[in-house]
Amino acid sequence: MANAMSVSQPVATISRHADQVDLAICARGLCKSFGKVRAVDGIDLDVPRGMIFAVLGPNGAGKTTLMRMLATIAMPDAGTASIMGHDLAADPHAVRAAIAMTGQFASLDEDLTGRENLILLARLWGFRGRAAKERADHLLVVFDLADAGGKQVKSYSGGMRRRLDIAASLIVTPGVLFLDEPTTGLDPRARQSVWRMIRDMASSGVTILLTTQYLEEADHLAERIAVIDHGRKIAEGTSRELKAEIGSSRLHVGLVDPAHLDKAARLLETELGAAAQSNQEDARLSIAVRSPVEASNALAALIASGIELGDFALGNPSLDEVFFALTGHPTES
Amino acid sequence: MNDTLSAAPFQPVARPPAPSAFSNALVFGWRAALKFRHVPEQLFDLVMTPIMFTLLFTFVFGGALAGSPSGYLQFFLPGILVQTVVFNAVYSGMGLSTDIGKGLFDRFRSLPIWSLAPFAGLMVGDALRHLIAAVIILGIGLILGYRPDAGVVGVFSSLLLLLAIGFGTGWIFIVLGLLIRTPMTVMTIGFSFLFPLVFASNIMVDPATMPGWLRGFVDVNPVSLMATAIRALMAGSANLDQIALALIAPALMTALLAPITLWLYRKQ
Repeated sequence: MANAMSVSQPVATISRHADQVDLAICARGLCKSFGKVRAVDGIDLDVPRGMIFAVLGPNGAGKTTLMRMLATIAMPDAGTASIMGHDLAADPHAVRAAIAMTGQFASLDEDLTGRENLILLARLWGFRGRAAKERADHLLVVFDLADAGGKQVKSYSGGMRRRLDIAASLIVTPGVLFLDEPTTGLDPRARQSVWRMIRDMASSGVTILLTTQYLEEADHLAERIAVIDHGRKIAEGTSRELKAEIGSSRLHVGLVDPAHLDKAARLLETELGAAAQSNQEDARLSIAVRSPVEASNALAALIASGIELGDFALGNPSLDEVFFALTGHPTES
Repeated sequence: MNDTLSAAPFQPVARPPAPSAFSNALVFGWRAALKFRHVPEQLFDLVMTPIMFTLLFTFVFGGALAGSPSGYLQFFLPGILVQTVVFNAVYSGMGLSTDIGKGLFDRFRSLPIWSLAPFAGLMVGDALRHLIAAVIILGIGLILGYRPDAGVVGVFSSLLLLLAIGFGTGWIFIVLGLLIRTPMTVMTIGFSFLFPLVFASNIMVDPATMPGWLRGFVDVNPVSLMATAIRALMAGSANLDQIALALIAPALMTALLAPITLWLYRKQ
């Protein structure tokens, strides 16, 4: 495989050079296996500079492995990538100087204080003496941690750790910031504050690649979304494009009598012109709808035909439904 | 919170001139030193066992083993220094395992720094730990009546040799730390491997009364060779052969395990 890489690389670099100038991330055919499991199985990615780009997928889809490869922490088995114009394989050091990564679990020294963690990293980046301390103190203020800066990280809440972790990635403003599931495990308020920070960073020109399991998060933050499953990219586009493909919202219906499930599914499909997903076990159906009016008309038709409804709801498609629409099989996480 | 976040938060900050590899390593050493401040109990862990050993062996067994407690202390103290340093090396493996498990090493690996700096930092931290522990044990020995015949020179050269021994032993635990995800397992494996080496040595007793098969092992046990060399340095009777023999194992481990460490680190 190393052979294949070295043979294909020069050709690819020359032909792609012009495009690469505007791309923060340009990856072709990235692969990584662990034993027999192909964690990442041939992924191409183009991320323009300054964009928030989300990689959406369930647990085990290969999101973290993809990110670790782009951040030079894991070596690809095959494929090429350039980050901010630097080739991943040829010049990992230059890539590291242009990126920052915040992993899925707060990668901080729990025994040290928040301030010491930031000073440590500032010194590693080359800030000396007082400059390192000033950089740390500034970031503590920006991330609303000034009061907690002198406390050991082990006493921090989940939201505080996350903020410190992101602050630690901004010692030097990176060209590309990798955020691996930045809000997993956070309460709604902490999630909002992380979202706001991500938007602020993007508006200052940082390219952000984030992974997430939440369609809602990708939808809120990202200009483009790549959906991956089993190490492959199964869809990519703007939130609007993806929704056009899978339906912007879904009608969920619970029936009183499971025996009516097939009849109800056929009726909804005729009314709404989309494929219904039914779950025999708990007598539930879900189907894409274009508007609330359309949904209520369909519900009225169901009731008129004598099918008794237990409950119904109109909501965003879940990750499961997105996957079902794109792959025809549910997620296996 | 709204105000602070939107005030002047993300003004781009450029990278200062790249620091040297040496400066990177020093920063990691600084981190190790900070740990002493925040986790002072680790110092307690380091010196408690050797202090107990010193007191127990000197006053309980010393008279029986060497005629008098003070006579035994003279024999035992250089050996307990070797034991202290060898056992201490376990801690850097545990620390490394913790750092990797927490994802801290991933962050270090994504930084534009000398890739071996984190390990060099571990070594600096180890050296500090070894020195602090050795000086404390030595101080207690002096209070109890231990007298190194070679004086300051003997103590100083012994400390240097102890650092070399700690450095060599450290590689074993760095490799274990890279391989094993749970710090406690690193400790268990480390001690179950070190215990026979430390006890089947000449640290506690002269092997003259041991059965022949055991003596055969004790005589070539690297820990015995190290204890013999430290004793000789402290007594001022050391010759080059003794020092060289004591350094064989640390040198071999460095030559063998340093490349393995690098390979494991890059492979991940």
